[in-house]
Amino acid sequence: MSEIIMQIDGIEVAAEEGMTVLDAAQKAGISIPTLCYLETLEPYGACRLCTVEVEVRGRTNLVAACLYPVEKDLIVRTRTEKVDKIRKMILELLLAHAPVARGLKMQEYAEEYGADKNRFEKEPSFCIQCGLCVRYCAEIKKKNAICFVNKGPSREIQFIPEIAAKECWSCTECFPLCPTEYLQGVFVLTKALAFPSAPMGPTVEE
Amino acid sequence: MPRINSAAELEELRKGILAQKDPDKPCISVCAGIACLGSGNAEVLSAFEEEIKKQSLDAKVDLIATGCHGFCEKGPIVVIYPEEICYLEVTPEDVPEIISQTILGKQVIDRLIYTDSDTGTKAAHQSEIPFYKNQSRLLIGNSPKINPKSIEDYLAVGGYSALSKALFEMSPEGVLDEIKKANLRGRGGGGFPAGSKWETTRNAQPGVDKYVIVNAHEGEPGAFMDRALFTGNPHLILEGLIIGAYAIGSHQGFIYTRHDTPVLRKNLDLALAQAKEYGFLGDNILGSGFSFNVDVHLDVGIFVSGESSALMKSIEGMPPEPRPKYIRTSVTGIWDRPSNLNNVETWANVPQIISNGYEWYSSIGTERSKGTKLISLSGNIVNSGVVEVPMGTSLREIVFDFGGGIPNGKKLKAIHFGGPMGGTIPESLIDTPLDFDELSKLGASLGAGDMLVLDEDTCMVEMARLFLDFLAGESCGKCVPCREGMRQMLKILTNMTQGEGKEGDIKLLEEISGVVGEAALCSLGRSIQKPLISMLKYFRDEFEAHINEKRCPANACKELN
Ligand SMILES: Cc1cc2nc3c(=O)[nH]c(=O)nc-3n(C[C@H](O)[C@H](O)[C@H](O)COP(=O)(O)O)c2cc1C
Ligand code: SF4
Ligand code: FES
Repeated sequence: MSEIIMQIDGIEVAAEEGMTVLDAAQKAGISIPTLCYLETLEPYGACRLCTVEVEVRGRTNLVAACLYPVEKDLIVRTRTEKVDKIRKMILELLLAHAPVARGLKMQEYAEEYGADKNRFEKEPSFCIQCGLCVRYCAEIKKKNAICFVNKGPSREIQFIPEIAAKECWSCTECFPLCPTEYLQGVFVLTKALAFPSAPMGPTVEE
Repeated sequence: MPRINSAAELEELRKGILAQKDPDKPCISVCAGIACLGSGNAEVLSAFEEEIKKQSLDAKVDLIATGCHGFCEKGPIVVIYPEEICYLEVTPEDVPEIISQTILGKQVIDRLIYTDSDTGTKAAHQSEIPFYKNQSRLLIGNSPKINPKSIEDYLAVGGYSALSKALFEMSPEGVLDEIKKANLRGRGGGGFPAGSKWETTRNAQPGVDKYVIVNAHEGEPGAFMDRALFTGNPHLILEGLIIGAYAIGSHQGFIYTRHDTPVLRKNLDLALAQAKEYGFLGDNILGSGFSFNVDVHLDVGIFVSGESSALMKSIEGMPPEPRPKYIRTSVTGIWDRPSNLNNVETWANVPQIISNGYEWYSSIGTERSKGTKLISLSGNIVNSGVVEVPMGTSLREIVFDFGGGIPNGKKLKAIHFGGPMGGTIPESLIDTPLDFDELSKLGASLGAGDMLVLDEDTCMVEMARLFLDFLAGESCGKCVPCREGMRQMLKILTNMTQGEGKEGDIKLLEEISGVVGEAALCSLGRSIQKPLISMLKYFRDEFEAHINEKRCPANACKELN
């Protein structure tokens, strides 16, 4: 593995090829907020909370740290005014769905970035679609008992009753992964099993 | 038909086809483009078939159903060659008269030809009609003359001679160089130089298989020129693709097209089968030693599947969710192999550049936007349809000369380019030339070339809302800025149109726009704010009137009037 020397927030950091900016930052003890990232899962790039500014050969860009590959002489800034503004807005948009934000992480972030949880009208679905449960079930458990349905703003998670009835109660490993509300998974699962006739099926296979 | 095995055999065959054609034999060309299909051309076509049979004229007259002629407003369109007499809004009842008067009697039927609604001036020939007169129909001009189901018709107009030239007279590097010097820019929305993209794929991952792809998804509402061109002249795009494959060093191509256009699919399948049979596809093309195959993939019916990385996922058989393009698809695309994607119209430009050379090509257009551009005209315009004009043509000419102006005596208010990811420019900027860079400087990128004309009764707040509403059903919903930003912007705009706009709404819209534009995962999300931002730039007072006075200046929002 060849070593890559780069810069994060003015500090020189050594990274290895194949790492992401998030990996490199974590290794150097620099924290970048994440919601949809989990070490054991493939990076997903959906919450965009890990947005950072990178500079390559004089050009700056805003990118997702959990996906952006490290390269030689890369300059990363994790807390610029723009980055903070983006994170604040993302949190505010999400807090409209998870107003109580029992998840410690969301609360801490909201405080850190000064996000106003009442900025947008409440639509408490409790789901911020980080996809942790969906991906955990698919990638780790290989069961695909829960999936996303619909597109755009109407996208949501749904358990597939036939699989869920067999697999879920004996597992429940995805419940504590939820960044907003432990009981969210329980609720959606119960609903799916109680009303299995609700429209089902993966998002775009129409 | 046996395979063609050399350039000489191709020219031989072409000569034979032309020799068999009697230039004086009447040919009735009925437009079978999508718009004409909608206005009853099928009935017209079968009326012709019947009448020809009834009068036993089978041997004396040819009848072809062609691709779109462009003048969709006046369909069904019938053109009679060799005189090129053009009849508009033809009905089945007109057919017997056309046969007896025009085909047999060589008389023009006055009632069916073009009449200018203002001056009363008539025009019998297609080339005299103002809509067609000053167009430069380099790409779509052959469509009325050829039967898209016949490869021989394509060969008769010089088809596949550019491929033959590329394979036998040019090296792959030479072809690439020609395209680069011609400065051909992508027609799918980005205007990215095709030559540099080809070169990237050519040089990426040496030794690994490479792919070339036609993007025929055309998901923008109001865009219909790709379909028109592809359905009407499939071999043109195919020829461009094969030439590109040769330059790039690819042996496998894909055509990603719409699942909801069966005529296109049929013509395409037929064209591929014929090209294979004649030796333009498959192993050892025209005996050159170069081999290339093409597969057709049908799209998934959402807008974002036209985005390059989503499209490639879809070809792999996965849901069309975009991936962040930190690594370009031209380097790592389908199955992580180098994949060069171009739009239908981009590919269609390739054969003429190879045939006529880059100097010829770059003499057309502006400094940085070369060639012609297909424009689909829709909205509040007299002549909706497809026009092809040189880059640099002023928007005023397009709207008033080709488009015939605004119907019902209304005033032009604005022109919107590029659909839900595009932008609007006001009437005051109508002398702007058609040019990738000029338009994007004004905040209205040309997009795929769909031009929506808006008259004075259009409410800009409602337009901005409509585009977002469309996108709500088309974004994949994966990332937060796009999904949630869209949800909130849509709510705010809807409130405005219902008289519930609040102070600070405009600022909030701008703030959300800023975040969405920079933080969303793919270029769909990064563009959803563009129509709104351009409208705020030029029509801010309308938004303010909705909020502050609960008034819709265009009198369009019902709740406010
Ligand atoms: C949401 C979205 C939809 C798109 N849809 C199309 C499309 O329908 N057709 C197309 O040619 N390009 C489309 N594009 C652009 C493609 O990603 C790509 O840039 C283009 O096909 C490249 O071809 P070109 O360089 O020849 O223009 C779309 C882009 C986005 C972000
Ligand atoms: S920007 Fe929109 S369409 Fe693109 S990945 Fe995000 S949610 Fe999907
Ligand atoms: S943690 Fe990177 S996008 Fe969610």
